[in-house]
Amino acid sequence: MALTDTDSLRADALAQIEQAETLDTLEAARIAFLGKQGSISLLLKTLGKMSPDERQVAGPAFNGLRSDVSDAIAARKAVLETAALNAKLAGETIDLSLPAPESPNGSVHPVSQVMDELAEIFADLGFAVATGPEIEDDWHNFTALNMPESHPARAMHDTFYFPDADAEGRSMLLRTHTSPVQIRTMLQDGAPLRVIAPGRVYRSDSDATHTPMFHQIEGLVIDKGIHLGHLKWTLETFLKAFFERDDIVLRLRPSYFPFTEPSVEIDVGYSVEKGRRVVGGSGDDDGHAWMEVLGSGMVNRRVIEFGGLDPDEWQGFAFGTGVDRLAMLKYGMDDLRAFFDGDLRWLKHYGFAALDVPTLSAGVGVGA
Amino acid sequence: MKFSLSWLKDHLDTEASAGEIAAKLNEIGLELEGLENPAEALAGFRVARVLTAAKHPDADKLQVLTVDTGAGDPLTVVCGAPNARAGLVGVLGLPGAVVPSNGMEMKKAAIRGVESNGMMCSARELDLSDEHEGIIELPEDAPVGQDYSAYADLDDPVFDVAITPNRPDCMGVYGIARDLAAAGLGTLKPVPDRVHEGSFPCPVPIAIEDEDGCQAFYGRAIRGLSNGESPAWMQARLKSAGQRPISALVDITNYVMLAYGRPSHAYDIAQLSGTLTARRAKAGEGVTALNEKHYLLDDSMTVIADDAQVHDIAGIMGGEHSGVSDATTDVLLEVAAFDPVRLAQTGRALNLTSDARSRFERGIDPAFLAPGLELLTGLILDICGGEASEAVHVGAPHAGENVVRYEPAMTEALGGLAVREEEQRAILTALGFEIAAIEESGKRHWAVTAPSWRPDVDGAADIVEEVIRIKGLDAIRSVPLERAEGVAQPTATAVQALERRARRAAASRGMHEAVTWSFLPADQAAAFAEDGHEPWSLANPISEDLKVMRQSLLPGLLSAAARNRARGADSIRLFEIGRRYLRGKGGASDERLTLGLVLAGEKRARGWQSGKAASFDAFDAKAEVEAVLAAAGAPVEKLMVMGEAGSAFHPGQSATLRLGPKNVLARFGTMHPLIAKQFDVDGTVVAAEIFLDAIPAKKGAAGFTRAAFVPPALQPVMRDFAFLVPDNLAAGDLLRAVRGADKQAITDARIFDEFRGAGVPEGHKSLAVEIVLQPGEASFTEAELSAISAKVVASAEKLGASLRG
Repeated sequence: MALTDTDSLRADALAQIEQAETLDTLEAARIAFLGKQGSISLLLKTLGKMSPDERQVAGPAFNGLRSDVSDAIAARKAVLETAALNAKLAGETIDLSLPAPESPNGSVHPVSQVMDELAEIFADLGFAVATGPEIEDDWHNFTALNMPESHPARAMHDTFYFPDADAEGRSMLLRTHTSPVQIRTMLQDGAPLRVIAPGRVYRSDSDATHTPMFHQIEGLVIDKGIHLGHLKWTLETFLKAFFERDDIVLRLRPSYFPFTEPSVEIDVGYSVEKGRRVVGGSGDDDGHAWMEVLGSGMVNRRVIEFGGLDPDEWQGFAFGTGVDRLAMLKYGMDDLRAFFDGDLRWLKHYGFAALDVPTLSAGVGVGA
Repeated sequence: MKFSLSWLKDHLDTEASAGEIAAKLNEIGLELEGLENPAEALAGFRVARVLTAAKHPDADKLQVLTVDTGAGDPLTVVCGAPNARAGLVGVLGLPGAVVPSNGMEMKKAAIRGVESNGMMCSARELDLSDEHEGIIELPEDAPVGQDYSAYADLDDPVFDVAITPNRPDCMGVYGIARDLAAAGLGTLKPVPDRVHEGSFPCPVPIAIEDEDGCQAFYGRAIRGLSNGESPAWMQARLKSAGQRPISALVDITNYVMLAYGRPSHAYDIAQLSGTLTARRAKAGEGVTALNEKHYLLDDSMTVIADDAQVHDIAGIMGGEHSGVSDATTDVLLEVAAFDPVRLAQTGRALNLTSDARSRFERGIDPAFLAPGLELLTGLILDICGGEASEAVHVGAPHAGENVVRYEPAMTEALGGLAVREEEQRAILTALGFEIAAIEESGKRHWAVTAPSWRPDVDGAADIVEEVIRIKGLDAIRSVPLERAEGVAQPTATAVQALERRARRAAASRGMHEAVTWSFLPADQAAAFAEDGHEPWSLANPISEDLKVMRQSLLPGLLSAAARNRARGADSIRLFEIGRRYLRGKGGASDERLTLGLVLAGEKRARGWQSGKAASFDAFDAKAEVEAVLAAAGAPVEKLMVMGEAGSAFHPGQSATLRLGPKNVLARFGTMHPLIAKQFDVDGTVVAAEIFLDAIPAKKGAAGFTRAAFVPPALQPVMRDFAFLVPDNLAAGDLLRAVRGADKQAITDARIFDEFRGAGVPEGHKSLAVEIVLQPGEASFTEAELSAISAKVVASAEKLGASLRG
């Protein structure tokens, strides 16, 4: 066969391949040229019968022909496959503006969140978290806190009583404050001591700003040489950390609690912005006022004695405040009663994401 | 405690302004609750004279007045008062002024076609008295044009101060003045010390029978007096304290109580017979008090009675029968010392409060009985006339000397504030304390004697408080608490850490944390009562709805779910972490930390992919329980599903999860339809409780290093089995049996089909199980696989299962 024939065979093959519109016609062309009986395959078989001289010329030519055709088939195949895939994908279009499957979002109650924040702040100051029973006896709730039977302050506590008495004849009641945890902790752990005690407390009181159940947090430090200056620093530091502001200004006012002596009420300066109280600045500044936020004082000697410690050796301070109120001040709720309703709309609005775990490094608060 | 600035100045010589005094009151621990000037409420009201009065052209009962306001042209004012007439001097409210009685701002307005430029006011409209028969008539010579408040001496700021229970001395204006004087705000004026000898013996015998309840009873008669109105200065003071003037005698006793903290009582001698005795009431005895209510007394209560009847609930309230009236001419004055404890108990038992009670309870000054009696006598003689008898003093008030050992260095040691000794001495002396410096074996201290009016002083800390509160707490400097070296140590206990994880796990699963009441209505509590635990039930609940302490978190959550449904919520996922209140040892409570959850309404809303809305079922509750338990660190894979979730649950769709046969970690399931109905939650409600206190603490070595990671070298092999089992065989039991067939090789087994119907005999079901076989060093041989399969089938057969052909 003359070499010119290979040229015409190549032209013919390439043309057929180029014209193949489907993978099937392309396959037919491949068989026609490169199949066992294909014209190019047959041509290659003729090489064996040629003389070495002839083969030296025809060999490269025939092999070149085969590889050109083979390459052209592969290239055409790729084109056709891509076109087929594109056509298939074009038919698979979906409307992605349709909503994705929903998964419900839960929330953490503001009281829990704030308690976690407080635990985090006070952990840094070396305070552990202590707990005690909510159904208390009157010895822990009153007597050991220097409120004997006849003390007028007892009557001011609006106490819920049970008809029951414990084995020691002590009347059972719902604790009116978290302060009995002071006594329990001193009796159990001795001194020195740094604890906070958050939890539910109860007063027989219900109006727009009071609920019969609410949350308090108690702080207690028992050590040597502790005085009001330490109390002031601790509360300043705590409030600065809690509100994440450096301009917290405290005002100490003498007051009276049976379990502390001297007793001090703590006011914090605030201003009103957009109808809400914003903590910060001195209450004596223009547009500012003072608001009572904490009760506190140096632990009364008798209370230290009731806690099983020697008041000549140990002294300390205690403070208490409302957790619900701290939450309201920080996050802007205005109705205490809503805290205990379980209204999903409120919980979704004021609740916190599970991942909002308070940490010091990220700031304990959650931005609005 | 309310008082006016001028009243304070009766006792305190001061140039300080009301604002300065207010600030100082706060600084020294007398918390200011309010500072109001009545004159501010009367801004815009001035003295005015009616020049002419003519009938209104269009209204019978109205007149048109021209009124001289002292400046500019006279104003036209329409007035409906019958006493309005030419020449009358009264009080005119100008447009812009706010009527104190109703808060309305006055405006120029046409009344029946006649423009009115203000209003002539009645006393009631200005909140001055109840008088509203006509407009106020002032004396002819009242200065026209002057602000009425200035004319009427109402420009007198009123302080409202909260007195803490430890300060009985400040339950009188005089005590407050003493504190202010000590704080450098002026000079305390002395108490008038006029003593009245008396010109005749006291005609009413006085006796004390109940010495526990009444330590002293000082009395005196005054005869021939006339009980009219008290003088204007006294009325003004009483009004500033929020008291209504009644009559001279009543006003005088009130005035002495408010000014000096000394309660007293005046009996109309005409209504008494025989000896006036302080004694215990007899059971069944009663008295109608001055508040016109009748009180039934018992023998724990001290009373003052004559031979015929009870006249006074001692120290709390007098009786109506012998109360003074306009006709009273002879009175017996009582100034007594009653036992504060008994008196407080009586007051509580009778649910009767009074100004006298609040003072006796805090503790009255035992040294002020005789001076109080003399003050009263002097005021009555001055105001009502009459003649005083000799004073009678029966008994003596308990008045021990109260001496405290004190060291001046303690202000710094306890109060964080160093105060010079001379300054401390000055402060304490001004407050009435007496100081004796004592030297004992080379060490100096002070013996500080508290004044008789300070029963609260109980130790050196009280002296520290006195010094630093007068010195000013502002001066205390912040001192950092000593900080442990290094980074803060973890402080949470295991239980606290577990609670936090459980909470955030539940929230991350899509549930919202609620906080519900610890107390419940009795019927709701009963529906979830725990066997063997009598519920804690309040003796004095605030309402029947908040009475019985919960023994489950579910009732509170179910009520919350019902409220949410009523508000239109479609899908409710609520949880709460809190305590259940059971009975503990020795009469104490046993409070168990629990997580409750309620799922109600739609689990999934209808959707373009998922079709119709789906409700929750018991498996949703199970899924939440397992997820939270796992997060809380419970060994979920070891838990057994058992029965006895309780009668509040659907009997066939509820279960408990237990670690061993006894330790119930959780219960879950569909709520019983009757419970759902009781709580008003429609549709299917599922719920669960996780008993966080029952989760065992994690065992094992402390530290952070985990076991080495050794992934299996070979791929696991799966095998499927279909078993025919009796209908009542729990799938969990079959799984446990299958897993146990070859604990080494079988690493997992799970049910992938449950089927009843064609091909499955009646009373049976088909369960399809997939097991995972993990080869060790070498792949399983066919013989090994057959042997394992045979063991699986044998294990299942022990439970009555048979392999399906």
